[in-house]
Amino acid sequence: MNRRELGGLTVASAAFWAGRGWALDWQSLLGKARGQTLYFHAWGGDPKINDFVAYVGQLAAERFGVTLTHVKLAATSDAVARVQAEKAAGKTTGGAVDLIWINGENFAAMKEAGLLFGPFAESLPNWRYVDTVGKPATTNDFTLATQGYESPWAMAQLVFEHDSAKLATPPLTIATLAEWAKANPGRFTYPQPPDYLGLTFLKQVLYALLPDPKVLQSPVDAAYDLSSLWSFLDALHPNLWRQAKAFPANEPALGQLLADGETTISFAFNPGRASAEIAAGALADTVRTFVLTGGTIGNASYVAIPGDTSAPEGAQLIANLLLEPEVQARAQDASVLGFQTVLNLAVLNAVDRSRFDGLKQGPATLSPAALGPTLLEPHASWMTRISGDWVTRYGVAP
Amino acid sequence: MRRRTGTSGLGLALALALPVAAGLGFALRSGASSLTLVMAWPGLPRAMLLSLLPGLAATAMAVLLVLALLGLRPPGFAVLERLLAPMLAVPHAAAALGLAFLIAPSGWIARALSPWATGWTEPPDLLTLNDPTGLALTLGLVLRETPFLLLIALGLGSRRLDHRRLVAATLGYGKAMGFALTVWPALYPQLRLPVLAVLVYAMTNVDMALILGPGLPHPLAVQVSLWMTEPSLAHQGLAAAGALVQLGLVVLGIGIWRGAEALGHRLILTLAQGGIRGRGLDMVLGPLAFLAAVLFVLFGAFGLAGLALWSVAGPWPFPQALPPSLSLAVWSRAGPDLLATSANSLGLAAAATVAALLLTLSALQGEAPGRSGRMAALVYLPLIVPQVVFLPGIAAALLPLPVPPLLAVAVAHLVFVLPYVFLALAGPFRAWDGRLAAVAATLGGSPWRILLRLRLPMLARPLATAAAIGVAVSVGLYLPTLLLGGGRVETLTTEAVALASGANRRVVGAYGLMQAFWPALAYALARRVKPI
Repeated sequence: MNRRELGGLTVASAAFWAGRGWALDWQSLLGKARGQTLYFHAWGGDPKINDFVAYVGQLAAERFGVTLTHVKLAATSDAVARVQAEKAAGKTTGGAVDLIWINGENFAAMKEAGLLFGPFAESLPNWRYVDTVGKPATTNDFTLATQGYESPWAMAQLVFEHDSAKLATPPLTIATLAEWAKANPGRFTYPQPPDYLGLTFLKQVLYALLPDPKVLQSPVDAAYDLSSLWSFLDALHPNLWRQAKAFPANEPALGQLLADGETTISFAFNPGRASAEIAAGALADTVRTFVLTGGTIGNASYVAIPGDTSAPEGAQLIANLLLEPEVQARAQDASVLGFQTVLNLAVLNAVDRSRFDGLKQGPATLSPAALGPTLLEPHASWMTRISGDWVTRYGVAP
Repeated sequence: MRRRTGTSGLGLALALALPVAAGLGFALRSGASSLTLVMAWPGLPRAMLLSLLPGLAATAMAVLLVLALLGLRPPGFAVLERLLAPMLAVPHAAAALGLAFLIAPSGWIARALSPWATGWTEPPDLLTLNDPTGLALTLGLVLRETPFLLLIALGLGSRRLDHRRLVAATLGYGKAMGFALTVWPALYPQLRLPVLAVLVYAMTNVDMALILGPGLPHPLAVQVSLWMTEPSLAHQGLAAAGALVQLGLVVLGIGIWRGAEALGHRLILTLAQGGIRGRGLDMVLGPLAFLAAVLFVLFGAFGLAGLALWSVAGPWPFPQALPPSLSLAVWSRAGPDLLATSANSLGLAAAATVAALLLTLSALQGEAPGRSGRMAALVYLPLIVPQVVFLPGIAAALLPLPVPPLLAVAVAHLVFVLPYVFLALAGPFRAWDGRLAAVAATLGGSPWRILLRLRLPMLARPLATAAAIGVAVSVGLYLPTLLLGGGRVETLTTEAVALASGANRRVVGAYGLMQAFWPALAYALARRVKPI
């Protein structure tokens, strides 16, 4: 889309928040970006991720003269709330947030409220490498079409982890997992909803329990009967860690339970997590990864640019830098992050492809073939529904 | 004299009241309309109880422990006294993580006893953390707040009253009974404001309750802060309304506490009139106080040691009591960040503490005798109005103005540092013998000269303690730094809490130790100050 095409429908007020994403000539963008300082708001709970962001910042400074500052968030919604407050206060530029690591309901909320700069993603030079066909989650964020308002940078998939020293052959379906928990009480749990990973586990359970999982791709019907999910959880909870009288708060807390030996089976939204933790010396090297028969839920991580940024050029430059094959290969390195790439390796040149071929996989990481099929994220309304119902059922009394 | 009272206290009054009033107004406006929403939340009654009961229980236990420890001075008290500063310097979140690692089923205590004593080769499935009744949270609060009250009480100069204990002893009273009947009634009125601050903190804190407290449901303040960070706008109204309920709950908690104070007062009167010497009491309370002192030292020391050890630990599986391999990877990787964020933390702490000391001294100096009540009510404000209630309002008010984030954060720090500095300083400042000023004045000293050359030098120790407390409070502030800095101002605490949300014990250990280091240094320096 260029300025002329947009001209007919440009209304000055509407253009400011929604329409600043005209495809700029990349060279002039690089010129404008030089010297800009960017505040990248990204979850800061994992030193591996913080180190990776620092590495990206170093590249940006060396190659493009852009200063990237990582604002380490405890929750992405902090940044969303900040941009919301800025818009409510009438700010149109000079906002505190220049770039956000985002997906799912945070993206949906910002897009709906018109808080985002764009569309920009599909005019980035490196967009041509993105595997939009083989990895549909790169343009489809929780069933919401991204329309170029956010740019993908990492693929994530739900994988399960088990300590092979205590359990040689793990259960491969939700039903057998429940049977195993009954036979081994107290050694499995999930993060407490509304935590993202906890809800992902519940969505995975839904995929196993619903007679027709296709309904998950449309908004949930208010009258839809979820009793099979609740009776499954009613039976499972007494066999969970602490008899479900307490739950870990989030993914790292769940991972710490596995590292402490409190649980035997765990799960994560990153197929390379276990290997990266083993490499960092934080997890026993007997931990292995597995997936369920029939596939597990997968999605993509994105970056988005708030409409009131004062550095849209630098922000696009970083979004593009994150898609650089060299940077993607580093993110996929098990000893760095272990995040799967969003790129289509087949369209890369030989040099760039060899960056991926040369990666060591790590002892606990499954090969792309062994990861099995990816199940699409359900429509975001399912998450809201099961989150609300879960909290009412289990979240208000032990 | 009277006119001066009005103007000199004005700065303090404005610094305290203006931000809180603005934030409160915002909360009332945005919260009142959503009250029915929060009333409909099925977890509300339990969440309220989980704020009220651990808060009251922890405060009561902390006060009783201070009474017992000061009254009995059990063996080991001197060690405890020396360790108060480092114990207080550990930020709440890091202290809670340290405690969690001690008492968790896979924690240090279980590891030390396994498998030889317990037979456990895997951690037992016991609910020692995040228990539904909030016992772990209460324990954490007691361990954290007792040292704070003890330090304030020692700073108030309870030793000045030692002659009363002597008199009581010669009359045949036991140590505990003598202290409770003669020293405590004189000490407690000066301690009341800090105690109420502790009560409000215990009822409304977020970081310790998240780590140690129950989650089904969370205590109300935690739930409010969780609603605040939900992306949907519907939750913002819910959060504002929840904050209003929390405000009412705090008022109720303070009311209950004042009732308990009255009962305690009556009990002391009854005991005094009854003439009971209570010498047998020392035989029971003595060992208990000793045990408490030992436990404080052990929990404090091992909590810190746990943080330190985790920051250098390689893989550390259960049930090994010590990590089999050590590594400096975390420190070398985090080193530059630790120094940069330390600089921010210290700059903010210095600015806020100096401003707070100046405002406090000017208010106290201009105070007419016997009119301290009005100022005390003001000082309560930022401590009584829970942070989650008024901070979003301040942030919203500052947003359209061209205020640099660092300045906004420094002002917010001042709002929270000021009450603690005032509380720490007001008692000793007012307790200073005014006859000395009268003597100096007859010798021709001007009021300012008397203040600078006589009163302040004599109060050097409480001044230094107040400054150290100011630094510790500022370094530990999380919510004000985050909300008013828009995330652009990174301090040791914002980094540590962000990391704690990831529960990475190794990095949290490193940040926790650094967070503890600077305030501990400030306390250590304060202890070296000698009054003239």
